[in-house]
Parts: sequence; structure tokens; C-alpha cells
Amino acid sequence: MNAVVEEHHDHDHKPTGIGRWLFSTNHKDIGSMYLWFAFTMFFIGGALALLIRAELFQPGMQIVEPEFFNQLTTLHGLIMVFGVIMPAFVGLANWQLPMMIGAPDMALPRMNNWSFWLLPAAFGLLLASLVMSIMGLGSAPNFGWTFYAPLSTTYGPDSTDYFIFSVHLMGISSVMGAINVIATIMNLRAPGMTYMKMPIFVWTWFITAYLLIAVMPVLAGVVTMMLTDRNFGTSFFDAAGGGDPVMFQHVFWFFGHPEVYIMILPAFGIVSSIVPTFSRKPLFGYSSMVYATASIAFLSFIVWAHHMFTVGMPVAGELFFMYSTMLIAIPTGVKVFNWISTMWRGALTFETPMLFAIAFIFLFTMGGFTGLMLCIAPADFQYHDTYFVVAHFHYVLVTGAAFSIMAAVYFWLPKWTGNMYDEKLGKLHFWLTCISANVLFFPMHFVGLAGMPRRIPDYALQFAEFNQIASVGAFVFGFSQLIFLYVVIKCVRGGEKATDKVWEGAHGLEFDLPSPAPFHSYTTPPVVK
Amino acid sequence: MRAVTRPLGLVCLLLASSPTLAEYQLNLEPGVTITSQNAYDIHQIVMWICVVIGIVVYGVMTYSILTHTKARGHKPATFDDNLTVEILWTVIPVLILIGMAIPATSALLAMEDVSDSDMSIKVTGYQWKWHYDYVGEDVSFFSNMNTPMEQIKNLEAKGENYLLEVDNKIVVPVDQKIRFLFTSNDVIHAWWVPAFGVKKDAIPGYINESWARIDEPGIYRGQCAELCGANHGFMPIVVEAKSEEDYLAWLGEKKTAQAAAAESGNKVWTMDELMAHGETAYNTSCAACHQVGGEGLPNVFPGIKGSAIATGDVAKHIDVVVNGVAGTGMQAFGAQLNDADLAAIITYERNAWGNNAGDMVQPSEIKAAR
Repeated sequence: MNAVVEEHHDHDHKPTGIGRWLFSTNHKDIGSMYLWFAFTMFFIGGALALLIRAELFQPGMQIVEPEFFNQLTTLHGLIMVFGVIMPAFVGLANWQLPMMIGAPDMALPRMNNWSFWLLPAAFGLLLASLVMSIMGLGSAPNFGWTFYAPLSTTYGPDSTDYFIFSVHLMGISSVMGAINVIATIMNLRAPGMTYMKMPIFVWTWFITAYLLIAVMPVLAGVVTMMLTDRNFGTSFFDAAGGGDPVMFQHVFWFFGHPEVYIMILPAFGIVSSIVPTFSRKPLFGYSSMVYATASIAFLSFIVWAHHMFTVGMPVAGELFFMYSTMLIAIPTGVKVFNWISTMWRGALTFETPMLFAIAFIFLFTMGGFTGLMLCIAPADFQYHDTYFVVAHFHYVLVTGAAFSIMAAVYFWLPKWTGNMYDEKLGKLHFWLTCISANVLFFPMHFVGLAGMPRRIPDYALQFAEFNQIASVGAFVFGFSQLIFLYVVIKCVRGGEKATDKVWEGAHGLEFDLPSPAPFHSYTTPPVVK
Repeated sequence: MRAVTRPLGLVCLLLASSPTLAEYQLNLEPGVTITSQNAYDIHQIVMWICVVIGIVVYGVMTYSILTHTKARGHKPATFDDNLTVEILWTVIPVLILIGMAIPATSALLAMEDVSDSDMSIKVTGYQWKWHYDYVGEDVSFFSNMNTPMEQIKNLEAKGENYLLEVDNKIVVPVDQKIRFLFTSNDVIHAWWVPAFGVKKDAIPGYINESWARIDEPGIYRGQCAELCGANHGFMPIVVEAKSEEDYLAWLGEKKTAQAAAAESGNKVWTMDELMAHGETAYNTSCAACHQVGGEGLPNVFPGIKGSAIATGDVAKHIDVVVNGVAGTGMQAFGAQLNDADLAAIITYERNAWGNNAGDMVQPSEIKAAR
């Protein structure tokens, strides 16, 4: 098998040099570019976060001006959401989906190329505004990643128009990526792979792609309304012109809440792939996992205003959004219970991917608990816009989504490169990351409950101690990621050869392929029983 | 939970020798209104339910991690389905959620019932200060943070209420149902006093409502809770709750003082008076953007020191300050300040920091320009 594939490999029309990447239509090369792009953005967004934490290390303004602080929080949020988590998941989808369903490549390879190459353009625009700000040529976006009108419209800096076009490009990129995922899954599955036989990662991405197609146009709509408000005299969000600033929030969160699940459903798929592998036991409740994912996706469209309890909705609206949000706890709980049941009475081993997956289950569940607390409207009036919320969504997005991405990279890296990564360094990376993430984010619950609002550059003295602890955690967390970078580079360059199966308990079509996987994954489709 | 708290506990132990240990507030405060107490109660209920669920879930998981390992030679089972437990762990959470929803609903209905209030205060958010209007009482004023810039820039020691102190606090009576009306003059702000459990967005073009009946006299502090621009972190709220008589006495004093301030617009001021009053008023109303030294913030807020407006035509200068500049952060201060304040500020801006225009502006000129 190996020899045949190698021979075939030589006959690939694989361009060399820069052209291989610029004009690539190969799912693996594009997947790698997505992942490296996300990794680069992770360090840029992380550097901004470290500046924020350095400023918040103690009360008083030490390092940056309040105006620049707002630019830091805004760009940190935008970069981490749109530049790290989303592209990393698309990169994983690109690498894994064709291999997992027994296809040679993605269904729409040229569109795949375009959807990647829009991203550097989008983030070039966004980061250009930061560079200009540092050079003293104007302010970068400074209205928070949620860019509420009228702060972002009437009162937005000139660079807001850069931001708007950047978001447009990201949206086009995401929608094309999603179309590609759906087309691939619907058309290129191996004979015999019915929908209910698809690997769970494929399922979660399938559902995520529908969410993307449903809500990215809504985001594009809201930034277009901003654009015309700012430049063409409309008043969608300007009360003085008969518009409605609260409508902005409704439209934004109609995008924003499904967006939250776009950033977590693929993570569920990853954890559902890793836990059975290292438990040496099949995934518990496969079909209930699928139904739970679909339920979460459906509910995500009818809960958006729980982000807006304080805007002054009618009480009936508040009750509706509180109840609908509470319902999400049920399918999410089912998932957690399923993972634990998968581990129950297995034969567990604790390689780095499994460690990250277990930490995901522990810590994502923490984020789930605080999410349940936040949905209780009368209590949310106290939590809203405090560090309690910051703690909540960092538990979900860092120790949730980002941990799942790290787990996925360790899990599939041997398949991608043909080499095992350095297990010792991987474990070191895990323990440093896991401990420091908790030192960083856990105290935020306390300062939030004690009354510290989010997005403030300076704070009252009673919040000082926990902020200091969080900042220490942040720096350990940030610098620990350099180990991750080193482990990945080391593994790409060489190392102990990986077997085709890679892991003792591995299942799935990608583990039937040789390691490293051939350039065109399955040129003849395997038959799934 | 253990995996979460262990590292934190370690750090806490390391810092336990610190003398400021008493500052570590871990939980929500119950506050002094029925709304905040309801919020506290429901918070406690839901949090402890989550803790119990967490102990069970994490306990099972930890047990599995410790015992069902390959290292211990555990042979993996092969089951991958069990309808009974799946039904159980769907139905039990539903029941728990219903148990949470019942007290949450009654607390929410109570906090949203603003009927039968005894008095109303209209709160307007501005970048970056609050304006309070005692409806029907002819008393209204701005409330600015008055923490000195030196403390923020670490040039002097920080005071006890660092960033949570204002020049004009609002005074309210205890044991009365106070209705707050919220709106904004520019961007969205949110008025939050944790001890009252009141957090409501102040939105341009909207009037939101909330209420509080304060149980105990005291001074209560809060902050703006919605990102509203550069100085979002510097627009605190201070409320003093007093007995009915003390409140009425304060209201009387405030009325007299406001009448006197209005009167000050009718007299002719000397240059020295204008400059002295101008410095104070400038530092309160203008320095947040244009800075105490008038230099502004490059590319964000223009400087006044040496600017064409402050050294050129007086009428243009008055127009900019009174009517604002459309499409920029420069507000129309004519709606916020009285004639004397505006005259003093403009005079000060024209003569401070080496601007030396030499002219002065009288309150009567402002009145004419309005």
C-alpha cells in the first residue's frame, strides 16, 4: 500500500515553490495554511492580551492610554474569534474531512483556495489599522469586538471602514468554506457511509457549516448597515435619524449566538474523536451526540437576546430568552455525560491529546455552569458586562475551543507529518497551559462577582489582588505556547516514525491511510461496511 | 472542580501572607434592596446546584480516570448505548431546570415592576459623566469622577475610593420606591450600582426604567457597565441614601445653590474670576479629552493649546463649545453647562497654556449666542 501510494505521489502535479501555496487546490496544503495562519494570529492576538494583562497587573495607568486599551481589547477579541478559532477549525476540516469520509479532496478545491487567501487580506486590513494607530496616524477599532452602535457608527474612528471591509472579507471566506464543507460531505462520502455512519467530527462540522451559512450573511448585513450609516447618510442605528441602536444588538446577536456554537461544535467533534481512541472503547451514544449537536444548533437561533437582558426588553421577552437559554443545558449535558460514559470502564491512557480532551471536558463544563448561571435573568443583571462574563466565555473559548484545537493538533499531527511529536514536551505544554489557564481565568469569576466591569483599563483597589494573579497566569499561559510552537516545528521536521494507525485505539478511515497521508487522500473510495 | 481550584488554591496560599487578604471578595454581595437580595438568593441557589452537579460529574470522571486505566490493566468494556441512563440524564436536568426557573421567574417579575413609585430620577449618560434630574423638583446636575489624574498616573498614593468617587453624588431617601429613568446623550452607557441590583442600559433615543427601595442609609458606589469610549472606566456612580428629613434638607440646599448659580450668569465677571472659575470648570468638563494641559490626545482628541480656534475668532470658539461639532466627539456643551461656566471655560481656553488671546467672554455673550 505504502509503496503504491509513494509511486503515485511522484506523479502528482504538485507545483513547487511559492506557487504550491498561492495556487494550491489541495485540501492538505490549504488546511496547513489555515492552521499556520491561525497559529500566527494566536500569537498576535495573544500579544495584545498580554499587553492588556500587563496594564491590569496593578491599579493605575502604567503602560497604555485608555483609548489604546480599548483598541487592544477590540482587536484581541476580533483576532481570537475570527482569526484563530474559526480558521483553525476550517484548517482541521480541510485536513480531516476528505480523509475521514474517504474522499480524494474537498469538493470545490478552487473555492477552497480563494476562501483561504481572503483571510490574509481581511486581517491585513484589520491589522493595518493597528499599525497606523501605533504609528500615530489614527485610532484602530476601539468599540469592542461586539462593535455596538452608535459607538462604532457615529462615534467610530476612521479605521471603522477598514474594519467593516475586513469583516466582509472574513464573512465571504467563511461562507465559501462552509459551502465547501457541505458539498464535500454530501457528495464525496465513501460508498456505504450513510449519514448516521459518519464520524462525529464530520457531523459536527456539517452542522457548523449550516450555522455559518445562516448567520455570516447576517453579520455582513449589520456591517453593511454600519457602512451606509457612516458614509451614505442612512440612520439604521442612529436614534436622531429615526433609527434604533438596540436593533443593532438584536441583529448582531442573531449572528453572535450561533457564532458561539460555530466556535464550539467542531470542538465537540474533536473531543468525541479523541476520548474513544484513548479509552479504547466506542463513543457512547453516537446518535444522541448527533441529535444533541443538532438541538444545540437549533436552539442557538432562539436565544440571542440573553446577551441583552439589560437593554430594557419587555418582561415577556426576558422570560422567553431565559427559558430558551436554559434548554441548551440539556443537550450540552447529554454530551458531557456521553463523554464520561465513554471513558467509564475503558482502558484509559493519557497521551497529550487525551490530556487536552479531558481538560476540555472538565473546564468546558465549568464554562457551562457559569453559562447556566448567566442565563438566569434576575441574576444576570448583576453579572452582565462584568469579569464574570469574561471568565465564562474564556472558559468556553480558551479551555474549550482552543484546548480542543490543541488536542486535535497533537492527535492528528503524526498522521499529517508521518512523525510522532515529542510526548515529553507535549505533556509539559499541557500542564503549563492547563494550570496557567486556570490561574488566569478562575480569579476573573471573583472580581466579576465583586463588581468589576469588563473593558475597563483601570480599576478600584479592591480588585487588585485577583487581577494580579490573573496577570501572572496570563504570562505563563502566553509563553507556554512557545513550547507548542516548538513541538509542532520539531514534529514537522522529523522524529520517530508514526505507524499508519498512529494510536493503539484509533478508528476511522484517516487511520487506514499511510502516515504521512498521501497528497490526494483516497483516490479510490474505500467501502464502508 | 478539584483540577480547577487546586492551582488557584496554591496561588492563594502563596499570597496568604499578604496583609490585604481581607480584600479578596469572592462572591456577589447581597446588597440593600429587595432586587439585589433576590439576585443574590437565586445566584446562591443556582451556584450551589452547579457545585453539586459538578461534584457528581467530576467525581465520576475522576474515578474513571484513576481506576479504568490501561496502566492498571483494566480491560475496556464494549457498551456504547444505554437507553435508561440516557432518558434519566435528560429528564433529571429538565426537572432541575424547572426548579431554577420558578424562583427566577418570580424574582424577574418583581424587579421589572416599576409601578407605584414614590419619586423619579432621570439619569442621562454622557461621555463620560452622568447627569441626574430629580423629576418635578427642579434639581439637576452633572456628576463627574473626581479622582485626581495624579493618582491615576501613579504620581501620588491612591485614595480609598480610587476611581469610585465623584464631585456631585446623588442623594436619595431610604424606604421609598425610587424609579430611575435612563437615557443617553451620545453612546450607550449602563448605570450599575451592585448594592441595588440595578443595572440598566442608558440608550440614546430610549427611556429605560428600573427601581430601588433602599433599606439602609449609606454610601453606595457603582460604575458604567457598557463600553462607551475612551473613559468608560472613569465614570463612576455614587449614591448616598439618607433618612427622609435629611434628604429633604439636602434637596432644599441643592435648589438654593442652583438658583444662585443661575443668577451668576447675570453679573459681569472680572478676568481673574473667569480664569479661576474657568480652570475648575475646564478640568471637570473638558480635561477628560483635551487634557489638563490642553494638549489633547494626538489623532484622537485635538489639542486646544495653540489651536486656531482658541486663538482666533471668539464667535467661532463660542459656537464650537456651545453647539459642538457634528460627527465628532465634541459635544454641544450649551445643553450641559450654564452661561457662567461656558464663559469661564472659553476665557480660560483662550488665555491658558500660552494661548494669550487676551480677550474675555462674559456670560451675557453666551446667552446671546445660544
